[in-house]
Amino acid sequence: MWYHKPVVNEELLQSLPNLRIVASSGVGIDHLDLKLLASYGVKLSNTPFVVSTDTADLGMALMLASSRRLVEGYEMAISPNTEYFPVDWLGDEVSGATLGIVGMGVIGYKVAERAKAFEMKILYHNRSQRKKEDESAVGAVYCKKIDDLLQQSDFVLLAVNLTPQTHKLIGKRELELMKPTATLINISRGLVVDQDALVEALQKKIIKAAALDVTYPEPLPRDHPLLKLKNVIITPHIGSATKKTRRIMMEEMTESIEAALAGLPVPHEV
Amino acid sequence: LSQRVQAIYLWWHKPVIDQELLQSLPNLKVIANSGVGMDHLDLKLIASFGVKMANAPRAVSSSTADAAMALLLASARRLVEVHHISISPNVDYNEADILGVKVTGATLGIIGMGRIGYKIALRAKAFEMNILYHNRTRRKVQEEQAVGATYCEKIDSLLQQADFVMVVVSLTPQTRNLIGKRELELMKPTATLINICRGAVVDQEALVTALQTGVLRAAALDVTYPEPLPRDHPLLKLKNVLITPHLGIKTDKATFMITEEAVENILAALNGLPIPSEVLPS
Repeated sequence: MWYHKPVVNEELLQSLPNLRIVASSGVGIDHLDLKLLASYGVKLSNTPFVVSTDTADLGMALMLASSRRLVEGYEMAISPNTEYFPVDWLGDEVSGATLGIVGMGVIGYKVAERAKAFEMKILYHNRSQRKKEDESAVGAVYCKKIDDLLQQSDFVLLAVNLTPQTHKLIGKRELELMKPTATLINISRGLVVDQDALVEALQKKIIKAAALDVTYPEPLPRDHPLLKLKNVIITPHIGSATKKTRRIMMEEMTESIEAALAGLPVPHEV
Repeated sequence: LSQRVQAIYLWWHKPVIDQELLQSLPNLKVIANSGVGMDHLDLKLIASFGVKMANAPRAVSSSTADAAMALLLASARRLVEVHHISISPNVDYNEADILGVKVTGATLGIIGMGRIGYKIALRAKAFEMNILYHNRTRRKVQEEQAVGATYCEKIDSLLQQADFVMVVVSLTPQTRNLIGKRELELMKPTATLINICRGAVVDQEALVTALQTGVLRAAALDVTYPEPLPRDHPLLKLKNVLITPHLGIKTDKATFMITEEAVENILAALNGLPIPSEVLPS
């Protein structure tokens, strides 16, 4: 299964009596009904860890591109109308700023490791607090209440799974708690954010900017307001989109399929 | 007024410091530059008038290192290209058009391991990059170990191994056209060149040819020669080139710190004290 195709529903499962396994690409499984699959005796596998570093790299790329206004800057650099570069055209500094990571799993932690090297102050919010050694290694401070993180961060990065609990985790209330100079970065799932609330927050300058690798749906309808906002960077869900990683994902999926068909323990089984 | 001017705070390249200006300001004691590059100044001429010079090296290093990483990541992951795909009215694309190259674990070759180069190494290390560097002089062992950097006495060795080549040198007669046809051809065809120092360090025509013929994968340039480039320049049209408007130090924070550093230098000079960031003609 690549991205979300084919759709695995009751109809499909009934039509494939000999189906043994669904091997899903990537780590997210929010698009699959686990109970349904189990009821048909079909195994499920994903490719959990291989995507982590590329996704963390992309999180950093989005934060840097947004704060330093890379997209605007490129447009200025190549525009036929540019005669000179204005000296009062400024971006925001990443070094020394505060990064709030919502969801400190494998990916969130790798983001923290990278951000530490930029001398960023790191706050995190997670279902559970991480071990002291893990926290110290990246200088991360736990915020039991998400509000504390939102109020203090210059950059808020979302790295949670999509579950019923994280659906619309970031809505109007959360956006209003953020600093007006803050940027929201989403590398998790579009549905973790209340998109309509986000549009309003960006239009009213309740937050400064957003950088989104994920939206709902993907891609957005072509008349969606997010596509027109100047302070938004959108990338087409490229978290794991590097040649090396895609290759390894394919290898892992093949491994899982071969094991399932041979009746052996399935690596990366969910 | 010209009798009373004792200090000049040079913002970008204005005013132009030439013989005429220096002669018209008999009481000028110091010129403080905003930023670290001094290649736009005739250091010998200024010194001949007994005027001291200072730059702002500390203030620029973090923002420039951040910008360097921003360019490296944006180029590797094709950020600007795919953003335009995401927002374009026609959103049909091939997977192949959006695949980038892996940064974690790749090899970064830093040419010029000064203050800024070293800050880049610190950041790159967190991305588990393998770091090579080439510099006029070798850094201390502890400094190398702190970032896991390997010294390449010959620039060729760095060019042949690096997936990302980052140029971070001062512009001097020795570094002009440092990266030319020969150097570009030594690079891997899958490699990316990132320039955040001065346009003239790279032979731009050779770079255009290299990018057009697949000698390199891509380039990311915060600096060009001139700035901005003429609007019909081939670099502006190449898909595999990211150009940014010399934004290395363009943040509120850096601007503030640069001015602070300049004021420090000016006050020291006017009080006859040692200037913290004095630049001598050499």
